[in-house]
Amino acid sequence: MISRLARRLVAHLDGPLLTLLAALMAVGLVVLYSASNQSLDKVTSQMMNMVVALGLMWIVANVPPQHLKRLAVPIYVAGLLLLLGVALFGDISHGARRWLHVGVTRIQPSELMKIAMPLMLAWYFDRHEATLRLKHYAVAALLLIVPVGLILKQPDLGTAMLISASGFYVLFLAGLSWRILAGLALAFAASLPVLWSVLHDYQRQRILTLLDPSQDPLGAGYHTIQSTIALGSGGALGKGWLKGTQTHLDFLPERTTDFIFAVFGEEFGLLGNLLLLLLFLVLIGRGLVIAANARDLFSRLLAGAITLAFFTYAFVNMGMVSGILPVVGVPLPLVSYGGTSMVTVLVGFGILMSIHTHRKLVKT
Amino acid sequence: MKHRAELKNEQRELHYFRVRLVVGAAFAVLMFALLASRFFYVQVLQHDHYRTLAENNRISIVPIVPNRGLILDRNGVVLAHNYSAYTLEITPSKLDDLDATIEGLATLVEITAKDRKRFRKLLEESHNFESLPIRTRLNEYEVARFSVNRYRFPGVDIKARLFRHYPQGEALSHVIGYIGRINDADLERIEESEDAANYRGSDHIGKIGLEQSYEKELHGITGLEQVETDAGGRAVRTLARTAPVSGNNLRLYLDSRLQQVAEEAFGNYRGALVAIEPKTGGVLAFISKPGFDANLFVDGIDPANWAALNNSPDKPLINRGLRGAYPPGSTFKPFMAMAGLELGKRTPSYTIHDPGYFMLPGSSHRYRDWKVGGHGSVDLRRSIVISCDTYYYGLANDLGPDNIYNFISQFGFGRKTGIDLDGEVPGLLPSREWKMKRYKQKWYAGDTISVGIGQGYNLATPLQLAVATSALANNGVTNRPQLVRTIEDVRTGALKNFLPESLFRLTLKPENLELVKSAMVDVTRPGGTAAQAGMNALYPIAGKTGTAQVIAIKQTEKYVESRVAERHRDHALFIAFAPADDPRIALAVLVENGGHGGTTAAPIARKVLDFYLLGKLPDAPTLVQDSVTEEPDHD
Repeated sequence: MISRLARRLVAHLDGPLLTLLAALMAVGLVVLYSASNQSLDKVTSQMMNMVVALGLMWIVANVPPQHLKRLAVPIYVAGLLLLLGVALFGDISHGARRWLHVGVTRIQPSELMKIAMPLMLAWYFDRHEATLRLKHYAVAALLLIVPVGLILKQPDLGTAMLISASGFYVLFLAGLSWRILAGLALAFAASLPVLWSVLHDYQRQRILTLLDPSQDPLGAGYHTIQSTIALGSGGALGKGWLKGTQTHLDFLPERTTDFIFAVFGEEFGLLGNLLLLLLFLVLIGRGLVIAANARDLFSRLLAGAITLAFFTYAFVNMGMVSGILPVVGVPLPLVSYGGTSMVTVLVGFGILMSIHTHRKLVKT
Repeated sequence: MKHRAELKNEQRELHYFRVRLVVGAAFAVLMFALLASRFFYVQVLQHDHYRTLAENNRISIVPIVPNRGLILDRNGVVLAHNYSAYTLEITPSKLDDLDATIEGLATLVEITAKDRKRFRKLLEESHNFESLPIRTRLNEYEVARFSVNRYRFPGVDIKARLFRHYPQGEALSHVIGYIGRINDADLERIEESEDAANYRGSDHIGKIGLEQSYEKELHGITGLEQVETDAGGRAVRTLARTAPVSGNNLRLYLDSRLQQVAEEAFGNYRGALVAIEPKTGGVLAFISKPGFDANLFVDGIDPANWAALNNSPDKPLINRGLRGAYPPGSTFKPFMAMAGLELGKRTPSYTIHDPGYFMLPGSSHRYRDWKVGGHGSVDLRRSIVISCDTYYYGLANDLGPDNIYNFISQFGFGRKTGIDLDGEVPGLLPSREWKMKRYKQKWYAGDTISVGIGQGYNLATPLQLAVATSALANNGVTNRPQLVRTIEDVRTGALKNFLPESLFRLTLKPENLELVKSAMVDVTRPGGTAAQAGMNALYPIAGKTGTAQVIAIKQTEKYVESRVAERHRDHALFIAFAPADDPRIALAVLVENGGHGGTTAAPIARKVLDFYLLGKLPDAPTLVQDSVTEEPDHD
């Protein structure tokens, strides 16, 4: 009876995925303990975030994909409305309008879009599967551009980029022709000057700073310089857990959140970094396998896009910390401190688990 | 069929999808490989570079400024010392709004208009990232008030600093000098020297006086502390420490009480007095009046005080003993007499009849004696006692410029004495070469005549006069004057003594010396030009009065003191040593616009001698009142 109940409880969880997630979250807690100057409070609070996020993941994993499909449009519309709400009534924090007050708490609708976007586009392509034309891609592009535009307006370049990426992955996996892809790439390159002109000063500064961080060592370049120093001084084997000087002497900014990877790299070195990359890669691999084995187009596109989006989060964060990408305020998924990102990522994996564990029940 | 086609279509789609998925996976692997290679580059190839940067981030070298050495007089009385006090310092480069910050601070601690002006001046002179004091000497209440509110003032700090203090006030300002904040010129000098590292952390440097000339000894060796700092620059812990080595103490020959006595003896007169121990060259007293309060300069003088000192007609900032060049006047005569005797141009018994003037053969120009009508018959002894000009006109003419120059320069005239102070001027003992170089003119016989009585081109500093007098007292051995007797290494207790250093050793015939010296003793006895100053002395004083003209008097005019504006009056001079038979002190006094050497300069000397030789404090605080005596000792 109890074992049956237990089996039912875990029936829709994916073992390999769960193991990999647990491993990464464990790494996250270990690094957080160091990054927070051994604050157990912070670690406990992060564990609470994880418990909540895992709970949500479990719930989502138990929702069959067909139900998710039905939810796609309402969630997307809700997300869009909330984004509009932010644009009109949002709170300003650090010069950006990203938060919306809802009752006692405040939410960041752009975070919701990270799930809503692939969900919506996967639903859209699934619906028009049989009669897919170019115009459908155009509509899909519109569905993508409107919320991204709103998020860019906040302004939140990082999230806008990530959501564009997740949407783009759906388009890409849905079979957008290579010719169009090449055309888009060209168009993107051509529009760069225009894009430059609409960027905010601080966004431009970040890009300029990436090209030469030493130009502004105490301003925008400071983050990149200090995080690169942290990584570089870690060397092949690292300085050892709790022994990173960049971390513990306060040189590293935002070291529990966006720059936690620098702490990891300083203390565990190249070896640690490569192992972490491997862990991420295996997790992504598992996600792609789930996508490859998914039963219908909706599930496939959704699983593939979520997995590739997850890869993008990790890549952008580590690229930013190691100084090959501009500083865009993207946390390292599963490792950075913070509940919102944890929830988003684990809900994504909940969807993957749902897709995987419900695949035999799906009729084609 | 339809079903199969659909299935086939389905499978084709799945295939397409999987191809796309593989492309995506490949992209992910490629991007991760890019990251991995970036990690490899940063963490392995560039590791040393970044490790250094991290170390530099982490460790800052904090210099520990050593205690500056003390300056003590011969009896151990402190002339310059340090005390610890709190200052409120601002680092302007860290502030956005300096004025607002100062206003804010003013609500917590008192900041006067003077403080503000001084701060502005420091700000103009400062280099970029320095912290500058806005208020010095905070009391504990003020320290507490600021500390509580400190968070409101980033870039403002309380610092415990050692301050230099000169307890003796104006009397010693010209000898001790002062330290001041290092300015750009100092910085340049320091950076060129090999001492640059030793000045990391020092804000002060000796600017003048002994503080300047013994800077190397006084400064000490800067210690270092390797401190681990966080990103805010706050020290977290000390990793290593090299203790600073305190500067060496200076112990002077100078007697500060003697100095005070001498300083007070000047009353309101301007002038200089240098007293030397003949056997060693040690400087016993060194006055330049007026002085100034050296303490004003230590942390940047405020503009009002600076203007007052700099613009005063009394020129208190000029060290008259060291840098004031005056005609030696009749104080030159004993040296001329020695030259005449030693070079065989005069015998003790050689007597002239003085008509009150001297004429060169074949010239009608009269070189006048100060006494109209002349002194009658004058031998060498009398020429000194009554200071007969005519005698020396003739002697100078007989000696000629070369003899005068060669002989008298051995008493230290016309060249720097080499005292351990910077900025000394050489005075001037004219020679044919000098005149040719300076004026492109040959030497005229008339030039020699004025040189003979210490006028003409002749210029000497009071220090030079004292050195020459000391040489005479010391039987012809000229010792280099020296202020510092001992340098004391505070750490090891090792003492470095300055041994007397002879500049010249003249071999003078004892009978000649005896004659000149006894004539000089007679100067301070009844009938001499300084009889009044020498009255009732308990020891024999050898002296010589002198007068240095400030303005030229026409041939036909008579100099009448009361008719001449105060600043155009003659300078009064007096040289002396005592006890004459075994001199322990030799000195030169110059009183600017003092008139007669015998009436203004000699009494000052007497007070100094009395105090030094007898320990007697001057009972009368003022100078001799009756400046008009029956026999005006003009010279």
